[in-house]
Amino acid sequence: MSIQKNKSKIGFYIILPSLILIGIFVYYFIFWTIRTSFSDWNSFSKLLKGIYNFVGFRNYQRIFLDERFQTDLWNTLFFTIFFIAGSIGLGLFLANLIDKGLKGSRFFQSLFLFPMAIAFVVTGTVWSWIFAPGNIPKDPQGINLLFKNLGLEKLQWLWYTSSESVGKFNLALIPVIIAAIWQMSGYIMAMYLAGLKAIPNEILEAAKVDGANDRYIFWKIKMPLLKPITLSTMIVLGHVSLKIFDLIYAMTGSGPNNVTDVPAIYMFELTFRSNRYALGSAISVIMLLMVAVIIIPYLYSSLRRGVS
Amino acid sequence: MIKSKIIIYYIILVIVSLFFITPFYVTLITSFKPLSEISIANMWNFPKHFSLEGFIGAYKKLAPNMKNSFYLTIPATIISAILGSINGFALSKLRFKYSNLVFALILFGMFIPYQSVLFPLIQFFQKIGLYGTIPALIIIHVIYGIPITTLMFKNYYEEIPDELIEAASIDGANLYNVYTKILLPISIPGFVVVAIWQFTNIWNEFLFAVTVTNNPAKQPITVALVNLAGSQVVEWNIQMAGALIAALPTLIVYIALGKYFIRGLLAGSVKG
Repeated sequence: MSIQKNKSKIGFYIILPSLILIGIFVYYFIFWTIRTSFSDWNSFSKLLKGIYNFVGFRNYQRIFLDERFQTDLWNTLFFTIFFIAGSIGLGLFLANLIDKGLKGSRFFQSLFLFPMAIAFVVTGTVWSWIFAPGNIPKDPQGINLLFKNLGLEKLQWLWYTSSESVGKFNLALIPVIIAAIWQMSGYIMAMYLAGLKAIPNEILEAAKVDGANDRYIFWKIKMPLLKPITLSTMIVLGHVSLKIFDLIYAMTGSGPNNVTDVPAIYMFELTFRSNRYALGSAISVIMLLMVAVIIIPYLYSSLRRGVS
Repeated sequence: MIKSKIIIYYIILVIVSLFFITPFYVTLITSFKPLSEISIANMWNFPKHFSLEGFIGAYKKLAPNMKNSFYLTIPATIISAILGSINGFALSKLRFKYSNLVFALILFGMFIPYQSVLFPLIQFFQKIGLYGTIPALIIIHVIYGIPITTLMFKNYYEEIPDELIEAASIDGANLYNVYTKILLPISIPGFVVVAIWQFTNIWNEFLFAVTVTNNPAKQPITVALVNLAGSQVVEWNIQMAGALIAALPTLIVYIALGKYFIRGLLAGSVKG
C-alpha cells in the first residue's frame, strides 16, 4: 500500500515540470492574450513603453463591426463546411475502395496519403501556380491553360482571384478548399480504413447470408459502426479549418477584397505588420473560443470513456 | 468479385490518383526546366532539355535555411520524444489522484490556436534574449509538443501489462530501473512513431517560424520558401525546385517509414 502511494506521488513529480511548462506557455499566455485584448495596446510606441490602459470590450466591438472580420467569419464558415464535407466524402469513398483489397491497393493508399507528409506552405505554393488564372481567355495559365489545350475553354475561370460570390460564399475559396482537401483527405481515408478493419467479419458475412446488398451493408451496417470515427474526423478537420493559416498565406493571402481572408491571416497582419496587438489579441481570443467550443466537449467525453 | 466491377474500381482509382499526382507532376517537370523554357504556354509539357538550373538556384538560396531546419528539427524531435516518454510512463504506470485531470489540462494545449499565445511568447523570448534564434524555436516545439508526445506514449505504454512493472518492483528494481531496463527497450517502435510525427510536424511548421525568427539567415526552410515567391520576378523553376527540396526530407521519411507514419497519424488522431 505504501509503495503504491509512494509510486503515485512520484508519478506526479515526474509530470510536474511538464505541467508547469504547459501552465505557463499555454494557460498563463492565454490569460495574457485575453488581458491584452481588453487593452488599448495598439501601437509600437506603447509596446516600447509598456504602458497601456484597459478599455473593456472596445476591441471586440471594433472587430465585430469590422467588415473585413465579418468577411473572415463567413469565409471560415464556408471553408469549414466544404472542406469537411469534401474531405470526409473523398476520404470515406477512398477507404471503401481500398478496403476491397484489390491488387495494388497498398500503393494507392500510400499515394493518397503522401500529401500529409508535406508542409501546408509547400501545398499552397504548388497549388497557387496551378490555379493562377493568367490572362484568360487569351493567355491562360495553370489549369486554365490545360482547359484550353483540352478544348474546354468554357471552364476557364479566375479561380482564387475571382470576386464572384453566391450569397456570402466567396467562390475564390474553392481552389483553396480543393488544395486543403488534397492535403487532408488521405488522412481521413486512413482513419476510416482503420475503422473498417476493426469491423468484425462475422457481422458482414451474416448480413451477406441474409441477402443484404453492398449498398445496404455500407449504409446500414458499416456507417453506424463508423460513427465514432466520423465524429473524430469532423473534430480533426474542424479545428484545422478554424485555425487555417499556412495554406492560405502561401497560396493566396487575403486576396482581392479579402475574398480568401481568414481570421488567422487578419490576426497575423494586425499583430505583426501593423503593431495593433490588442486588436490582434482579440481575434486570437475569438479563434480560441471557436476551437474550444468543439474541443472541450470532445476532450471531456473521450477522457470519460477512457480513450483519447 | 465480378470482373467488370474490378475494372471500374481501377478506373476510379486511376482518376483519383491523377488528382493526387498532378501537383507533384507540375512541380517535378517545372523544376527540371531551364529558365528559358519557363513560359506559361508550356507549363504542362515535359521539359525539352533537362536542366538542373532550378535546383542549383534553389539550393543556393535555401541551403542555409535547410540547415536551420535540421538544427531545429533534430534536437526538438529528440528532446520532445524523451519528455513524452517519461510523461507517458508517469501517466500510464504511476497514476495518481487527478492524473486524468492533469492529462486533460496538458492535452488541451495541443488544440489551441497558437495565435492565442503568440504575442506573449514573443515578448518572453525578447526578454530572455533568445528572440529570433533557432534555440527559441526548439524550446517552443519541445513545449508545445508535450501534449501530443505524452498522449502517444501514454497510449503506447497502456498496452504494456502492469504485471510486468509490478513483477519488477517486487524483485526490488526501483522506478528508474523499471523505466530504463524494462520500458525503454520495448519502446523503440513507440519512439520511431513519435519521432517521425514530431520530425514531420516541426519541419513543416510555419506560424512559429515566421513570427519568432525575423532574420532571413535564421529562418527555417518553410519561411524561406514562402519568401522565395515574394521576390519581384517569380522564377518558377527555382520556386518549384525549392518546394521539392523543402518537402524532400519528410517525403523520404514517409517513403522509408510509411507504416510508422500512418501509425502516428492514427495515434495522434488530431493534427495540432
